[in-house]
Amino acid sequence: MKLQELVDSLSLVVKTASAHLTKEVTGGYVSDLLSDVIANIKEGSVWITLQTHQNIVAVATLKELSGIILVNNRTPDADTLKKADGEGIPILVSSLSAFEIAGLLYNLGLRCR
Amino acid sequence: MQDKSAKTAEGVFFITGKDFANAGVASCELKSILEKMGVDRGIVRRASIAAFEAEMNVVIYTPAGMMRYKITPDYIKIVVEDVGPGIENIDLAMTEGYSTASDDIRSMGFGSGMGLPNIKRNTDELNILSIPGIGTTLEIVINIKKE
Repeated sequence: MKLQELVDSLSLVVKTASAHLTKEVTGGYVSDLLSDVIANIKEGSVWITLQTHQNIVAVATLKELSGIILVNNRTPDADTLKKADGEGIPILVSSLSAFEIAGLLYNLGLRCR
Repeated sequence: MQDKSAKTAEGVFFITGKDFANAGVASCELKSILEKMGVDRGIVRRASIAAFEAEMNVVIYTPAGMMRYKITPDYIKIVVEDVGPGIENIDLAMTEGYSTASDDIRSMGFGSGMGLPNIKRNTDELNILSIPGIGTTLEIVINIKKE
């Protein structure tokens, strides 16, 4: 499934790296603890979180994630937007909670692996 | 700094404490060097995770530190040295979930007590030398060639 399909299905607002929505999404993971994400997320996954600071971009880059979904209408910091555009990491925002986003992605067929 | 097609490389990154704007830069740079050298992707991933966790520990807990690396066809060695408060009890620090991080740090999603265990899990060798009040040195080795 391409990231663009997630954007369309869940009405996500694309904040950065719109040229990278062709990335393939191979799974999903929900966590707000960075070390937990680093330890457990699989590359190509989309990461659902409420963290908005710039270090989420480093985590996404290191783990080769397809994108980051910010929940509850969280606004990414200005530095986060700049870094994500630079690294080609799409940041997508939703008004839904992490629980709802995870449920919808699961219904679309995404799994942890 | 080094010839991209080289089979070995060495270098150093300086890390400034509390500088969250540049946190992760050293690890991302190291990852990119390893990729350019054609190191196996699984090994690149393990080395990047270990480097990132070690780098974040310097940023979160210490005023400053440095990360030295050496890449050879046989192994990757990463040495992270800081002038921080040191670790009082290394066994306790290696326990998943144990953390001395402040609430501010935790609210950013850091300091969940998984950093050192993550490093251990992704490396073939981890040596920690720490003197409270002086600093900590982490020596990490990841084998490239199977012994």
